This record gives sequence, structure tokens and C-alpha cells, in this order.
Amino acid sequence: MPQSHRLPRGGRIDRARPLHFTFNGAAVEAYAGDTVASALLANGVKLAGRSFKYHRPRGILTHGADEPNALLSVDRGPGRVDPNNRATMVEATAGLKVASQNHWPSLEHDVGAVNDWLSPVFVAGFYYKTFMWPRAFWDKFYEPAIRAAAGLGVAPDAADPDRYVHRHAHCDVLVVGAGPAGLAAARAAAQTGARVILADEQAELGGSLLHETTAHIDGKPAAEWLAESRADLAALANVTLLPRTTAFGYYNHNHIVLTERVTDHLADPAPDLPRERLWQVRAKEVVIATGAHERPLAFADNDRPGIMLAESVRVYVNRYGVAPGRRIVFVTSGASAYRAAADAKAAGLDVTLVDVRPDSAIGAERALIAGVRHLTGHTVLGSTGRKSVTGLIVAPVTADGIIGARTTLPCDCAGLSGGWTPSVHLFSQSRGKLSFRTDLDAFVPGSSVQKERSVGACAGTFDLAAILAEGWAGGAAAARSEAARDFAVTPATPVGFKPVRVLRSDADPAKVRAFLDFQNDVTAKDIRLAIREGFESVEHVKRYTTTGMATDQGKTSNMAALGILSEALDRPVPQIGTTTFRPPYTPVTFGAIIGASRDALFDPIRQAPLHDWAAEHGAVFENVALWRRAWYFPQAGEDMHAAVRRECKAVREGVGIFDASTLGKIEVTGPDAAEFLNRIYPNAWLKLEPGKCRYGLMLKEDGFVFDDGVVARIAPDCFHVTTTTGGAPRVLAHMEDYLQTEWPDLKVFATSTTEEWAVIALQGPRARDVLAPLVDDIDLSPEAFPHMAIRTGHIMGIPTRLFRVSFTGEMGFEINVQADHARAVWEALVARGAPFGITPYGTETMHVLRAERGFIIVGQDTDGTVTPDDLGLGGMVSKAKPDFVGKRSLARPDMTLPDRKQLVGLLTEDGRTLLEEGAQIVADTRQPVPMTMLGHVTSSYDSAACGRPVAMALVAGGRARINDTLHVTTPTGFTAARVVPPAFFDPEGKRVNGIAGTNTHA
Amino acid sequence: MRRFSLTSLLSEAMNAHQGWPRQWRKPDPKPAYDAVIIGGGSHGLGAAYYLAKQHGLTNIAVLEKGWIGGGNSGRNTTIIRSNYLYDESAALYEHAVKLWEGLSEELNYNVMFSQRGVLMLAHNVHDVQSFKRHVYANRLNGIDNEWLTPEEAKAFCPPLNISPDIRYPVMGAALQRRGGTARHDAVVWGYARGADAMGVDIIENCEVTAIHRGPDGAVTGVDTTRGSIKTKKIGVSASGHTSMVMGLAGVRMPLESFPLQALVSEPVKPCFPCVLMSNAVHAYISQSDKGELVIGAGTDQYVSYSQQGGLHITTHTLDAICELFPQFTRMKMMRSWGGIVDVTPDRSPIIGKTPVKGLYVNCGWGTGGFKASPGSANVFAHTIARDEPHPINAPFTLDRFRTGRLIDEAAAAAVAH
Repeated sequence: MPQSHRLPRGGRIDRARPLHFTFNGAAVEAYAGDTVASALLANGVKLAGRSFKYHRPRGILTHGADEPNALLSVDRGPGRVDPNNRATMVEATAGLKVASQNHWPSLEHDVGAVNDWLSPVFVAGFYYKTFMWPRAFWDKFYEPAIRAAAGLGVAPDAADPDRYVHRHAHCDVLVVGAGPAGLAAARAAAQTGARVILADEQAELGGSLLHETTAHIDGKPAAEWLAESRADLAALANVTLLPRTTAFGYYNHNHIVLTERVTDHLADPAPDLPRERLWQVRAKEVVIATGAHERPLAFADNDRPGIMLAESVRVYVNRYGVAPGRRIVFVTSGASAYRAAADAKAAGLDVTLVDVRPDSAIGAERALIAGVRHLTGHTVLGSTGRKSVTGLIVAPVTADGIIGARTTLPCDCAGLSGGWTPSVHLFSQSRGKLSFRTDLDAFVPGSSVQKERSVGACAGTFDLAAILAEGWAGGAAAARSEAARDFAVTPATPVGFKPVRVLRSDADPAKVRAFLDFQNDVTAKDIRLAIREGFESVEHVKRYTTTGMATDQGKTSNMAALGILSEALDRPVPQIGTTTFRPPYTPVTFGAIIGASRDALFDPIRQAPLHDWAAEHGAVFENVALWRRAWYFPQAGEDMHAAVRRECKAVREGVGIFDASTLGKIEVTGPDAAEFLNRIYPNAWLKLEPGKCRYGLMLKEDGFVFDDGVVARIAPDCFHVTTTTGGAPRVLAHMEDYLQTEWPDLKVFATSTTEEWAVIALQGPRARDVLAPLVDDIDLSPEAFPHMAIRTGHIMGIPTRLFRVSFTGEMGFEINVQADHARAVWEALVARGAPFGITPYGTETMHVLRAERGFIIVGQDTDGTVTPDDLGLGGMVSKAKPDFVGKRSLARPDMTLPDRKQLVGLLTEDGRTLLEEGAQIVADTRQPVPMTMLGHVTSSYDSAACGRPVAMALVAGGRARINDTLHVTTPTGFTAARVVPPAFFDPEGKRVNGIAGTNTHA
Repeated sequence: MRRFSLTSLLSEAMNAHQGWPRQWRKPDPKPAYDAVIIGGGSHGLGAAYYLAKQHGLTNIAVLEKGWIGGGNSGRNTTIIRSNYLYDESAALYEHAVKLWEGLSEELNYNVMFSQRGVLMLAHNVHDVQSFKRHVYANRLNGIDNEWLTPEEAKAFCPPLNISPDIRYPVMGAALQRRGGTARHDAVVWGYARGADAMGVDIIENCEVTAIHRGPDGAVTGVDTTRGSIKTKKIGVSASGHTSMVMGLAGVRMPLESFPLQALVSEPVKPCFPCVLMSNAVHAYISQSDKGELVIGAGTDQYVSYSQQGGLHITTHTLDAICELFPQFTRMKMMRSWGGIVDVTPDRSPIIGKTPVKGLYVNCGWGTGGFKASPGSANVFAHTIARDEPHPINAPFTLDRFRTGRLIDEAAAAAVAH
């Protein structure tokens, strides 16, 4: 496409740097500095997309972040395609492929436009009133059809090759918005030496000054003042300038989050650059200088391509050197459009200005448009054209509202100005209270909650000299300075407007389709329909009509809807209020929010010190909490079942070695350490002697089992507490919670030592034979070092805490050494154990061995509803202690009922079926559904030692059902199982003392 | 009440829709009612609807502090399912799902109940055990829930990443085909319209400032910002603010209130066919009829009455979504918001009588109240009308925290709901 609408001169584009991109496959010529929107307009493209609901042809309405219409899919290469980009915010970049959305088969010819013909039926909320019959049609037919018609662009379906990063920053003053107010604020703050961050969503800093071609500031053209300001700021080491950076969220404690677009504007970005950078800023003070959004005017068919905001016309002419049309009609209810009309006229375009205000209400702005056709006291009754506007139908309105003869003003572009809405989004997100200014017909910042201030147009100040002075004072005050500065600006800014809701018309207002929310196709009559149906709250109107809920979140439409509501209810706007401003200000890429948290960095993998050894020896790993643990060590040709059988046999008959390092470890120290444990655990700790271990069940306040582990007393004031692998963080948090809030008087420190100690479990009848040659200073004889004892000493000269404990039922040791030494000790043990057939085993074998002995795993055999007594461990609960965590709850009547679910063993009657963990248990399979369930299988393994599968289960009144036959669900039905005590192998526990046990249930 | 139908819609289309009446009136409060419901969300309005419809109590009012449906009814992610573990919960939520299945017709209001299926992913052995426990329990309770292999899960939800190389590979999934989503606002408006048509007064912008009790301790009325109202029955259905309302009657509730956040993406063409929940990775996602991806996760860590949470919760939620669906990193968050959820010690609701005669409470829904709306409202109405609980809500007493007969779904399953 040739640049048919590029003006011969002017604009900030770089005419020396032409480039090409494509729109719907056709080449578009552009210059560096263009946006996709300005380039499309320069190429004479008006039709940019189809609206959400009625699939109406739409063009470019705005020049910025508030664009509701021109949403494009942007393709930057494989995996780099994404939908719903505002053409006004995408910089023209060589090689981009942009495409319009929401049409089939093409933008020009869209079958979906049938919805527009059906618009008399498809009014606000029509779908709540129909599609109900027949019932089955909703899921099968109606909803799929609605969904296919809805949505805008197409979601990406390939993995994203781009990277996103986070940056955390602190500053004294964060200035959001680099228009005149923000620049002045940043300069004033920076002068004091304060650390300043100045962010702006545009590619260039400058805001409205980027298209200000007439004003002079302090005697210099505005562009020159802008260049000086930018240069001044750029030269200061205490200032960080962030163009292309949108502050989208204002959270508590002056936490402002911004997203910086780093590479999207680069045709060939360096591969090490992230696509976007999320800035999380904690600012001592925030200066909000986010400007204002212009309002379109509402009249019939005010949405045709070529109709845009008046100030946007000015921007395209002045900043981009583009004529959005050759023959432009401005329609305004205020002064600012006069400047836009004057600038368009100066660019050589045919300009007409229609002012809806009566002639008498027009002020000094009249002088700006000498030579322009000027109609005052007129209304707009409609527009002509379809894929481009071809004319506006206007008519005079008398003082008493009589509409005179209509005229059609031919045009290929219209610029609408219905006044200005301050951009109070961030202020409102900061929880500040808005106040309504009738003179501005707008909400402005009222009282603050956080340390921020709003300056310039976002605070309702529209005169450039006043904006600059307010910005300067605000920036200075934010930096704790009282410096003030006046700015001389000539000529004065034309300001002021008359709020109008819907332009006067002689047509039936119930039929006029005057669009307010362009993207969601909400018209003024939709708002009135909602009100008629009783939706009077602004939130109800929003939800019923969907106004303000599109991707632009109503930046150009919310005030119009509010105004109509106010008129219809005859209540002033402040009594109606406004909808909540919710983050984000503009849509934010998921990637930017998650940053580096992808793939390997999504959740850190914790690896035990012996992880590499296990990997080198063929271990298969499983995820346990954040840890990756060796699950089993298959040898050639073995599946998991075979490997686990072999590993189990080795432990029962010889010796096995297991990496237990992931167990949580907490060092509890201090003079009150024993008293602390005595309160935290239900069993007694005060009399545990140094050198001894004890098993502890930890309860929460509700009396249910929460964690378990062996605790060793190292010294009178020092305990080595172990927890489950997954429970370590919450147990430490639980301890800290009590120490800090309930018992601050106790002198106790609780310190996580999980990473410090590697734990090597050496288990089996030959464990002592393997260990003994490596230990010099600990007497390992059964008399000197009995079961449940702990000794400190050395292994291979390395300090160790050596536990004589067993989770397998076999005689065994857990060797704690500093993590760095773990591999040396492990390898030495493996070497020493070779003659005894030492076998590394994984978590699955550990599970089988413990289940054979009936040892529980908290979280598998318990689920947060299980008391110690339910587990058959009621004896551990001290009756004598005055208090412990959970004591009061254990006294509740339901906690001691005989029909509570109790831990039992289950043996399938056929002796072969391996029950499924999670399977449910019933007494009678012939009962009707819903059946009475007695409990469920918690653990189930094939036991080599028992020669059959064994299972543990929680069964209602289970201990009274020993030897009963119950029925357990299987994928296809039920299988019968006998209830037995939950210990299948060596039930007396003799083997831990080196005495061969018996297998009771085999 | 003007019936909604294609016929009435077409006839109104000829009339430029000038004939539609208010969906509910805007009455001023009367001096006295037979019963008053505090809280105009889906639970409170639903209770009023069933009180009028099934129990003949029509001289009643719903008092709403702000605008109806402005609390959690209008802030949730609209997920509906009934595959709960315990008999008590399963019965309650299944009661709700059965009502959902006929709710559009019942209310003559399209609530867009879409049974697109709720898929819950298992990522570790513990999840597998837990989900199978649910599947089996549901089967014996007559509730649909099935176990899927990762490949079957992928077939049901094609965008799902079942690669073994992700941080927490999918080991299987539980699927409730009858689960799905509904249009949350429509439920509120539908109940309001239905209740109003039977004479119930729905009074918005009416905050209760005091609850009065007589010499015998029974309730006698309330003070509101719109005047005093006499009544002998008060049903409290105020979600995150229940503890404050109950405090007006001198009842201290075992509740904690937390912010719960959710977000939506920009609308896109259909790309996500079902509801998907992952507890281990911790997020849930579906796509709305408008095309937005609707995404949520757990509560903020701190108790608060502020409907604003921290960005780090959003971050963790999206971390999880993009781990499961890496193709979505280029999607954009369009809107995020928070609600205040009231959480009981066992994360199951309290629906029933209170120590104060004439005062009834329906609260403690935590993160899972929307799905229960019709069922909860239905049994709450029964409780208020008859001064005794319906068999379905009989176990959900306030007293259970004293006796210890808890219904701890979260402890049992560690599943967000």
C-alpha cells in the first residue's frame, strides 16, 4: 500500500528510515516512529476490525492505551503470535505480520455481521431470557454457538520462545506518566537529589507534548522544552527513565508494578534480551501523572470506521504526519477540539467544526479556527457509510430543543470530543477516595490512603501552564522540597466543555444505536433497558450490559454510561458512584507476571546430597514435596515390582542403605527446649535423657495428627527434632507460631537444619557389621548402644550424630553427617557392605518395609482427621501433663467414640489381590446406593516377607472388627478382605534388637 | 412477572424492548416481616426464593448492604461440582448440582449452567491415592466421578501438557462430567426476580446495624440504615462479613476471613473446553462464554476484610497455569479482583440454628460457596421455615466444633474447593 495519507511534512517519525510490515497479508509502508495504527492510517486503511457482538466494521478510535476497536493479532515469528494487541500501542516494526480479528471469512466480508441485523433481538442481556428450551440444547448447541461467535483473537497454541524477567527496585519518587506534568514532577524531584524513576507507557517520553506544535513554554517551542527536559533527566545519575513501561497496579505499601516492553519494537532483538521486564517498585512517594482520556460523543452510528477522537486526529496529524482523512468533521462539546481542528486545518486538510454548544457558550477558542466552517448549536443525527464513514448528518437545535433542517456533511473522517475523563485508575487502586467535580463532570482524586499525589490532567487540571506548575510542585513535595515554579505558556490552552450524554435526536431513542462501549457493542439504549429492568446500581448496569468490561475496561465509555444512568435515575453522578478500578490498568502479559518462574525455575527442585550417586546408579526418582527422591534402583530387566522385592529382601536378610536426608530436621535449643517440646507434643519429654531418642506424634490444635518423627536429646538444652519430608516447613512454622505468639516467655530457638545434615539409613541384620569398622569412638555393642539411642562421635573421622533407630523393623542406624561428607561416607559404607550384599533402596521399599511392620506415614495413613488413638497410639498421649497442643480438642465427645475410624490391617481373602490405595470399604455389597462406607485403604503393598499383599486401612470401629470380612472396592467391583491388626511382620518388634521375628499373618 | 422466552423476546424486539418490567422491585422496608435474610447474594436470595416457593413464607425481606450479588456471588470463578469425599458434603453438593440441572427452567432465567466437566489433576502418588479415594467414595454415593489416565485427560482437555518432563508431571486425573460452570450474576438476578414475584422484598443499600433480642433471648428485629424492622426470624448469609453480623447478636463465630483473588484474561476464541483444577500445582482455569480464561487459586495468607490481595498470589497462580499450559504465557491478564471468604476450622460450611432463638446462619463456605448456592439456599430455607435442619444440612452444625464431629474435606483431600 502506498502512503496515500502521509502528510508531506511534519511529525516525529523518521522519514529517513522507512520500513514494511503486513496487514492481513498486504504490505504496509511505514517509518520508524510510527505505530501500527498511524501507519495503517497513512496507508489509507480505515477498516481495522470487527466488534465483539455485532461484528460491526470498526476503525481506529484513539491513539493510545484506551483503544477499544483496533485490536490486532501480531505475529513476530514462530511461537510469537498473540491476539488482541491495540494497533495504537504496537510500534511499526519491520517484518511484523498483523491481522484483524473476529471475522469469517474475511475482514471485508464477515458472516458474523448477521448479528448486526439481529441487533433488535440481541440487546443487552437477551441471552438470560432465551436459550432455555429444550434444556439439553444449551450444552450441545446454544452455548457452543455463542462461544464460537464470542471471543476476539485466537489464543496462542505454541510454546512461547521469549523470556520475561522481574526487577525489584526502590526509589524515593516514582513518577508515572511523562507528559508535561510528569516531566515537571520528575525534574523537580530529581533536583533535590532524590532517586527518581520516571515511567511512561509510550515509546517516547513526552505525552501530549509529543503532538504539541503551537504552545511555547518559557518562550521556547514545547518540543524544545521537551527535548531539554529529557536531556536534563537523562544526564542525572539519580534518575531512571523507563519508556514503554506501563504502571498497571498499585498495591499496598506503595508497591507499584510496571511492565516494560523491551523487545517488541525491535525487528531483530539481541537474543539475550527479555521480551518484557516486570518492575516491582517500592516508592517512598508516588506522583501520578497519567493524564486524561477523551470521551467520544454518542449519536446514531457513531462507530463507523473513520470516526475517532478529536485529539487523536490531532495526534495523527502532528505527531505522525498522517492525515486520518482528507475531509474531516470535528464534533465537540468543548474547547480542546478547536485546537485539533486548527492543527488539521494548518496541515492543509478540509475541516468543518460542529459544536453542540450554543454559539453563546463558545469562548476564546473560537479564535483558533478562523477560516474553518463552524456550525454551533448543532446536533449529529447519524452517520453514513459502512466500512468507512462518508458523512455526518447534522442539524441545528434551537434553545428550546427543536431540531431544524438536517444537512449531511460529507467527510472521510470525524473527530469527536465529548470532554475529558481524568485517568484516576492508579489512584483508585491505591484505595484513595474519589471525589466528583461537577464543573469537570468527572471524578478526580480526593483523599489519599497511601503516599501518592496526582498532578496534571489526571487531577483535573487541563491548562498547560497550570499542569506544569502543579507537576513541578508535586514532584518537589514528593521529594520533601517546597520548591515552586511558574511556567509561562503561550498561547493559553483551550479548556472547558459541556457534558452531554447522548446527542439530541428526533429519532425514537429506543431505537437509536448510539455506541458507548465500542468493543462490547453497548449502546445508550442498552443502558436504558438495563435501568428499565431494575438494574440501577452502576455495578449491575455494568454486569448486565457488559459496558466497561472489554479489554479497554471502559476507558472511553464508563463516564458516558454513568451519565446516562444519572439522567435516567435523576440522581447526581456522585450518588451513583463508579465501578471499582481494578488492576491491571491495561492488560498484562502472563509471561511478564510470572517472569523467570518457568520450566526448571517454576518450583525449585530440592536434591539430597546423595542425589548424584543415586542417579549414577540408575535410580528412578519421584517427587515428594519439593524434593526429588530415589524411588527404586532397578537393575537390568527389572520393573519396579521386581526391584522393590529385591531391595526388601536385601534389607530383611542382609543390609540395605537408604538416603533419608530429606527428612526435616529442626534443632530446638535453649534452656526451655524440653518444656517447649513437652507442650508441642502430646507425650512427655522432660525426663528424656541426653543420648536417648523418642518417637513423637505432633498434633494441631484440633487434636489431629499433623506430623511425626524421632526426636533425640543431644544435651539438656539441645534437641534434634526430625519431621516428615513434606512437613518440615509447616512444622517449623507451627513451632515459631507458638514461640512467638503463645509462649514468648520460653527461651527457645528452633532452627531448620534439614540441609545441614545428610542422613544415611543403614538397615538390616548386618548393619552393625558394615558400620563398625568405620566408627572409632562410639561403642556400637547392643548393650552400650541400644535401640532408640543416639551418640555423637566420628565416622571415618567425620563428626556424626549416630541414631540407633529403625523405620524398617530391622536393626539399623541412621548416620547423620554434614552434607558435604555424605557421599564419602555413603561410598565407604557401600564398599564395606559389599561382602554382605549391601543394597541401595528407595522410597518405595522404605514404604513396603514400614507397612509390613505397621508403621504409619503421616499424610498417607492419616489425613488430618485422625487422632493418636485412631492409630492405636493413644498410649502416647500423656494424661498427666497439664497442657499440650491439641489436649482440649482431644477431650471433645466425638474424639473418643467407639465408631471412629481406626487403623487396622487388611488381608484380601484370595491372598493375591493387591488393593488400591484409596479404595473404599463396605460391610455389605448388596446395599443400595448411597452405600454406607466404613473407611478406606491407606497403604497397600505386595509384601515379599509375608508372601502376599498386605494393606492398612482406616475402618470405622476397626479394632472391634478384627477377623471380620469386609468388602473393598476395585475398578470393577469389590473384593473381600479380612480385618487384622496393622502389623504383618515381626509384630512384637524383636528384630530391631537383632532377634529374628516371626511373620504372623503370612 | 413477565415470562422470559424466545417468543416474549421477539415480541419485545418489535416493541424496542420497552415492555420489560423491573426484574425486581425497589421497595422500602416494611416495619415488620415474618423473616428477614441478611445478605443478598446467591445463598441469601436463593433462601428467600425457597422460603416463598416451598414454605409459603412470602412476607419476608432480603436486606443487602450494597447491591445484590456484589459479594462473593459476583466474584467467584463459577465452578460447580459435587465430587466431594465425605457423605455429608457429597449429599449437600449433589443436592445443589441436581438443582443446578433444572435451575434455568425453575427460575425462567438462563443461568447458563454448562456441564463441561471438571477435571482435577493428580501430580504425585499422594494425589493419586486421594483422588481414587474420592472416585470410589463418589461411586458408592451415586455421584459421577471417574479416573482418567494422563492420555485420557489430554483427550478430554487437549491444551493440557502431559509431558513427563514438566516439574510435576500429570499422573492421572479425576473427572466429574456433570460438573461445570454457570453465569454467576444470572443466578443472583434469577433468584431475586423469582423471589420478588412471590412478594419477597429485596432491599438494597440497607446495612444491618443492630440485631435486637427479647427477654427470652430470641431475636425481635434489626436496625438498619433504612430504619428498624421487627421480625422473629433472621437468616444470616453474609459470607465474609458473617462474623461481624453475628457479632451484632452476640454470637462469636468460628470463622476467619481471607481475601481470595481471581483474574480473567482477554477474551479469545474457544480454546479451553472444560474446568481444570490442579491442587498440587495449585490453580484452576476455565473459559467463560465471552472467551475469557477465568483463573483462580488459593486465598491470601493473611486474614483481612479488604477485597484487595497481593500481586504475589496472582503471580503464583499464573506460574501454575503457565506450567500446565506454556502456550498461554503470551495471553494477557485483563482484570483481577478479590473477595472476602469466611473459613471455618474444618473448611466445611455451617448451615443451621444458632444458640440464639430465631437466628439462623449459613456461612463458612470458604472458597467453594458458589457451587452450592441452590442446595445451600434450599436447605437453609427449610431450616428457617421449620426451625429444624433439613437432613442434608443437619451435620453442618455450629456445634460440631464443640463435639469434634468435623467434616474436614480439605484435610482429607487437600483439594481447593
